[in-house]
Amino acid sequence: MSIEDNSGVRPGVRPRGMSDADRERPWGLRESYLFDRNVIAEIQRAAREGIYDIRGFGAKRRLPHFDDLLFLGASVSRYPLEGYREKCATDVVLGTRFAKKPLELKIPVTIAGMSFGALSAPAKEALGRGATEVGTSTTTGDGGMTNEEREHSKTLVYQLLPSRYGMNPDDLRRADAIEVVVGQGAKPGGGGMLLGHKISDRVAEMRSLPKGIDQRSASRHPDWTGPDDLEIKIQELREITDWEKPIFVKVGATRTYYDVQLAVKAGADVIVVDGMQGGTAATQDVFIEHVGIPTLPATRIAADTLQELGMHRKVQLIVSGGIRGGADVAKALALGADAVSIGTAALIAMGDNSPEYEEQYRKIGSSAGFYDDYQAGRDPAGISTQDDELAARFDPVVGGHKVANYLRVLTLEAQTLARACGKSHVHNLEPEDLVALTVEAAAMAKVPLAGTDWIPGSNGSL
Amino acid sequence: MAVVASETAELEVVDLSTTSVRELNQRLHHLAGGAPGPRGFRILNPSGAHALACGLDAEIDVEIEGHVGYYCAGMNKLATVRVHGNASTGIAENLMSGRVVVEGNVSQSAGATGRGGLLVVRGDASSRCGISMKGIDIVVGGSVGHMSAFMAQTGCLVVCGDAGDALGDSIYEARLYIRGSVAGLGADCIEKEMREEHVTQVAGLLEASGIDADASDFRRYGSARQLYNFKIDNAGAY
Ligand SMILES: Cc1cc2nc3c(=O)[nH]c(=O)nc-3n(C[C@H](O)[C@H](O)[C@H](O)COP(=O)(O)O)c2cc1C
Repeated sequence: MSIEDNSGVRPGVRPRGMSDADRERPWGLRESYLFDRNVIAEIQRAAREGIYDIRGFGAKRRLPHFDDLLFLGASVSRYPLEGYREKCATDVVLGTRFAKKPLELKIPVTIAGMSFGALSAPAKEALGRGATEVGTSTTTGDGGMTNEEREHSKTLVYQLLPSRYGMNPDDLRRADAIEVVVGQGAKPGGGGMLLGHKISDRVAEMRSLPKGIDQRSASRHPDWTGPDDLEIKIQELREITDWEKPIFVKVGATRTYYDVQLAVKAGADVIVVDGMQGGTAATQDVFIEHVGIPTLPATRIAADTLQELGMHRKVQLIVSGGIRGGADVAKALALGADAVSIGTAALIAMGDNSPEYEEQYRKIGSSAGFYDDYQAGRDPAGISTQDDELAARFDPVVGGHKVANYLRVLTLEAQTLARACGKSHVHNLEPEDLVALTVEAAAMAKVPLAGTDWIPGSNGSL
Repeated sequence: MAVVASETAELEVVDLSTTSVRELNQRLHHLAGGAPGPRGFRILNPSGAHALACGLDAEIDVEIEGHVGYYCAGMNKLATVRVHGNASTGIAENLMSGRVVVEGNVSQSAGATGRGGLLVVRGDASSRCGISMKGIDIVVGGSVGHMSAFMAQTGCLVVCGDAGDALGDSIYEARLYIRGSVAGLGADCIEKEMREEHVTQVAGLLEASGIDADASDFRRYGSARQLYNFKIDNAGAY
C-alpha cells in the first residue's frame, strides 16, 4: 500500500494485502463502501473473540498530513543556496528556558520514547546507538531505563509516566532530560498496555509486577491532576536534579492550544506534541483511529500558540506522529517546530516489517508491510518482543547503524528542501514557503491552497 | 545561605525565611555518597513550601519544624525526614528507602508509587494514600480517604483507623491491613485471612513506626487476582 493512495481503505479499519482471490474476483461483484472486507472481518473477529482489537502501529486511515503540503522553492525573488557548497545548518538546542544543561543536538530529529517491554533490550540499545552516531537524543519509555540504553545513548531523555514503572532518582540524575508524559497521540487519555506474554522476568522485575499478567497501566498521574499541580511536579523534578536538566512535557494532540498554554505556564522547557498518527506498542484500534487530531493541524496550532505567548524558540516544540521522510521533517519545521521525533519509522529502519521475514509474518497471520501486532511479542524481526530467541535475531550494532543511516537521510532531505528555499538553517523554513494541495490542509496548516491566496478560515474568509 | 551552626557541627539549622528551597535542597544533595558534612538538619519556617528535602541520597536526619507543601521528601533515599506539622499532596512520593514521618495529617497521594522505605503518618491521610505503591510500607495512625492503595503493586499499607471507599481498587500484590471499618472495597480487592505471618508483619511495622496498637486487631485485604488477565466476563468490573 502506498502512503498516499489508501484506496479501498476505509477510515478506522485495518487494511490487508491484495490476495490472489482479489485478483481472480469476477467483474461485477461490488464491495460495499460501508461494509468492506476489513469491516466485515472486524465484525466477525469481534463476534468470535468478544474483546476489542488491540494492536500496535499508528492510525491507518487516511488523514490530512504533510503530504498535502508543497514547498514553493526559489524563484526570481528568492534565490536558493548551492547544494554542496553553501551551508545549511541543522543543529538544535533544547531546554534553553530554565535548564542549566540544555541538550545540544546536531540534527532536528530525535528518537521518541518507546518502552523496554514493548521493545527488546537490544532494540532499545540500537536506538541509542543510532541516535548517538548522528548526534541526537533517544528516549526511554513506559518501563524505565535500561543500562544498555543508557550506556549506548549519549543523550537520553527519561520519561515520567503515569505508571511510574521503574521510576527512580538515580535514573533521573543520570538522564540528560526528563519528559513528563501527559499523553500520547495514539491514545490521548489512555494508559500503557502490556499483555501478559510480554511480561518476562526482567520486565516484571523492573515494573514491580507479577510475571505474565496483563498489565493495566494508569492513564492519570498518581500524584498530580491539572496544570497547577503539574507546575509543582515540574518544580520537584527540577529540585531533585538541581535545575540541570531540561524538562519536556509530552501531550497527545487534542486541545493543543490549551495544552501548550498550560505546559508553558507549568514551566516546561520543551513541549512535545504527538499527533494522532503517532505509533504505539499496544492500544485499542478504536482508540488509535478515533481520538485526537492529526499532526498537521497540531503542529501549526502549537507553533502559533507559542508565538502568541512570545515563547516561540524559547520553549522548544517537538512534533511527532507520522514522520517518515525528510519532507515531513522540513514541513514540520516550516510550520514552526524546532525538531521532530520518530517512533514507527525508526522501528522500520531497524528491520520491522522487512520482506526478509515474509514467510514468518505469514505464519502468524500477517505480512511484511502490514505487521502491527507489536502487542503480541512474536515479532519475526526480533524488535517488539521479550522472547530471547526472537530478540537474538536482532543485532543492535547493525540495527543502530541502520537507524543512523536513516536519520542521515532524513537530515539530508530536509537540508535539500531548505536550500531550495534559500535557507541557511533548517529553522529558517517558514509557513510562507508552503502551499497546500487540499482545502483541508490549507485550513489546518494555515497556508494558501496552491495557486490561490486562499487560506480557509483566515482573515474572515470562508 | 543562613547557616547557623558550623559545617562540622552535628546539627545544622536552616531557616527558610532567609534561605531558598533551592539552596536547601542543593545543600542536602551535596551530602550524597557519604560526603563530609553534618548528619542532622533542622529546617525552620517551611511555611508550606513545595519540594522540600526531595531527592536526598544520604544517611542524614532532617527535622522540618512546621507544615510542608507538595512532594516533601519525594524520591528520598536513605535519609530520615520528619515533618513536625501537616503535609500536602504527595508526601514521600516514590520513596526509595529511608524513612519519612509526619506528625500531623497528610493530603492526597501520600507515598504514591513508593518503592521502598517506610512512611509513617501519625494523623490521617486523605484520598489515594499509597496509590500505585511499589514496595513502600506505609503506616497511618489515623484513617485514610477513598481510593487508597489504588493499583497498589507491592508493599504494605497499615491503617489504624478506617479506610474510605474503593479501598485497593485494581490492586496487585500489595497487602492492606486495616484496623477500623472499610467504607467499601474497590474492584478485585477482597478481605483475606489474617494468618500468623501477617500479625507478625503488622506488629513489626507498628513497632518500627512507634505506634502503639495491637496487631491482632487488624484485618487483611488484598487482590482476588481476577483481573490479572483480561477476561471479557469481567467487563462489568472495569
Ligand atoms: C513500539 C512503540 C512503543 C511506544 N512506547 C511509548 C512509551 O513508552 N511512552 C511514550 O510516551 N510513547 C510511546 N510511544 C509513542 C512514541 O513515543 C511516539 O509518540 C510515536 O511513535 C510517534 O509517532 P510515529 O510512530 O508515527 O513516529 C511508543 C510508540 C511505539 C511505536
